Amino acid sequence: MDKFVCLEGLVAPLDRANVDTDAIIPKQFLKSIKRSGFGPNLFDEWRYLDVGEPGRDNSSRPLDSDFVLNQARYRGASVLLTRKNFGCGSSREHAPWALLDYGFRAVIAESFADIFFNNCFKNGLLPVILPADQIDELFRLVEATPGYSLVIDLENQQVRRPDGQSLSFTVDAFRWECLLNGWDDIGLTLRHADSIRSFEECRRRQKPWLFAGA
Amino acid sequence: MPQTLYEKLWQDHVVVEEADGTALIYIDRHLIHEVTSPQAFEGLKLAGRKPWRVSSIVATADHNTPTDHWERGIEDPVSRLQVETLDSNIRETGALAYFPFKDPSQGIVHVVGPETGATLPGMTVVCGDSHTSTHGAFGCMAHGIGTSEVEHVLATQCLLQKRSMTMLVRVSGALGLGVTAKDLALAIIARIGTAGGTGYAIEFAGSAISKLSMEGRMTLCNMAIEAGARMGMVAVDEVTIDYLRGRPFAPKGELWDLAVNAWRHLHSDPDASFDRVVELAAAEIRPQVTWGTSPEMVVPIDACVPDPAEQADPVKRTGMERALQYMGLTPKQPISDIRLDKIFIGSCTNSRIEDLRAAAKVVDGRKVAENIKLALVVPGSGQVKRQAEQEGLDVIFRAAGFEWREPGCSMCLAMNADRLEPGERCASTSNRNFEGRQGAGGRTHLVSPEVAAAAAIAGRFLPPGELPPP
Ligand code: SF4
Repeated sequence: MDKFVCLEGLVAPLDRANVDTDAIIPKQFLKSIKRSGFGPNLFDEWRYLDVGEPGRDNSSRPLDSDFVLNQARYRGASVLLTRKNFGCGSSREHAPWALLDYGFRAVIAESFADIFFNNCFKNGLLPVILPADQIDELFRLVEATPGYSLVIDLENQQVRRPDGQSLSFTVDAFRWECLLNGWDDIGLTLRHADSIRSFEECRRRQKPWLFAGA
Repeated sequence: MPQTLYEKLWQDHVVVEEADGTALIYIDRHLIHEVTSPQAFEGLKLAGRKPWRVSSIVATADHNTPTDHWERGIEDPVSRLQVETLDSNIRETGALAYFPFKDPSQGIVHVVGPETGATLPGMTVVCGDSHTSTHGAFGCMAHGIGTSEVEHVLATQCLLQKRSMTMLVRVSGALGLGVTAKDLALAIIARIGTAGGTGYAIEFAGSAISKLSMEGRMTLCNMAIEAGARMGMVAVDEVTIDYLRGRPFAPKGELWDLAVNAWRHLHSDPDASFDRVVELAAAEIRPQVTWGTSPEMVVPIDACVPDPAEQADPVKRTGMERALQYMGLTPKQPISDIRLDKIFIGSCTNSRIEDLRAAAKVVDGRKVAENIKLALVVPGSGQVKRQAEQEGLDVIFRAAGFEWREPGCSMCLAMNADRLEPGERCASTSNRNFEGRQGAGGRTHLVSPEVAAAAAIAGRFLPPGELPPP
């Protein structure tokens, strides 16, 4: 996993609540057996006027010029600003993969759906939770200010606005450390291999019916 | 200290707990399907790691598989590659059970797990699929995970977790005639919202829940994720134990008695306290129909489409306006005026034998309306299909003009050929009405099997009891 320490990035505003994983990356793209290449199909049904299919050349497809990511001023954005319950729906990790592949490194919202939130941390995409009034204000500022960017400082758990104001957020300690160091969860867990083994043995003795087929 | 069911299950699975509350949780059952697993197996291989305990794995192909013309195989090459990748991964790794494409027991992973007895009370059950919450119906800690976590479970048999908050949803009384677990699930979502359960493990309890069959409990727990909760659960009782007796992977003989003894403790203690309690009266719940693009956009079947102008919250108001525009509906239009194009009876929410029986009862002796272009019944598994055929349900559906298909996810998410065309409107027994879920531009109304069946006959929404006699 890539480390996340501090990022300064252009902000794109997606002014919708309950953005679901089917909207983030529609199902036809889940047929891929790879982890990459999802960026061109991020928000596919909102970005393009036609229906996307895996394997198609996306560069020649008609764009919906009203959709926020298609506006020139948001090209190259790495911070997505959105509303509450972002990422609701399925467990597809293709959703954070698509956001990352497109170029986003952080998503700011009032709240996130649980599984999506979890999946972000596994991939070095930082979900930042801010209170509703701060989100409202950020929407106003981003829309009023071309080129509006924010500094997302994970180390100090702060979002810094260009006017010098800083907004604090919290990430739980374990995730914070993993993300700052780019640690691989599996490697960390395997340090406890002995404990897992003895837990398992004890469980097998006490509840043998859970171990059908060995 | 009195404990909730969730707390008991949590405590029983903690391997190591860190100071900040992050714990390593042991996983008993790992369900796998083709869509969310290829990258996990690849990651495992790249890191030179081996699966920790292959006998915890139960796998099946369900999302991409066609529901007709099985003799032709999987015609879409991209889908085929994904299913073949599962095939080679599982054959290489091994598993307690694997039900590949065309296997007589193949089906939707959340239907197959319980019906084979691979899902047992007291287990932790995970799957790279959000509707894993279904298995909580058996008194399990069951939830969906992402692909990185699939890899993590493969490699370590554990997951890193933080304890959830607990919510009790207590439903008292008796459900009215024609009111099902699906209506109950939608009514709960209408009450708490699609983010209402975020951060919580929900336990469903109360006299209305005790009276539900296992199928009904699975429908309810299945939809817990639609209320934002990663997991839903129901305490173990006689209904649970009766359901499991004799299932292929359920314990037998002495082991069965031992297991049943342990299972009898899987309920919340009488004085256990929850972080949040929500109360509903079963008798007040009517059959539900969603009108929008989120499961919380739902009203009783005899109501009207709501008017965004009456919504004070501006973010909600624009959400409603956008939903109405997408759905092609007008404010205050009666739900019973909505005419449909397609009917889908299936998905891990409502494709079990009881669902098919209930739908068949409505359909029996009647004909699908002329305006319905396609009415599909897709059983949840090969076993459900065989059972239904033994009971003659396929004959009832076919005679009415329904298509009777092979098992799989089908038009629940339209990864295979079953889908809505842009603008088409569907009464669906599935769980998500998101934009494009059943096909780009498609319009989904979530309903119970009874309501879907009645809609097929009437061509529009009608309470099942109001159909003219056959
Ligand atoms: S039936 Fe639908 S919700 Fe259930 S597992 Fe399949 S795609 Fe997911």
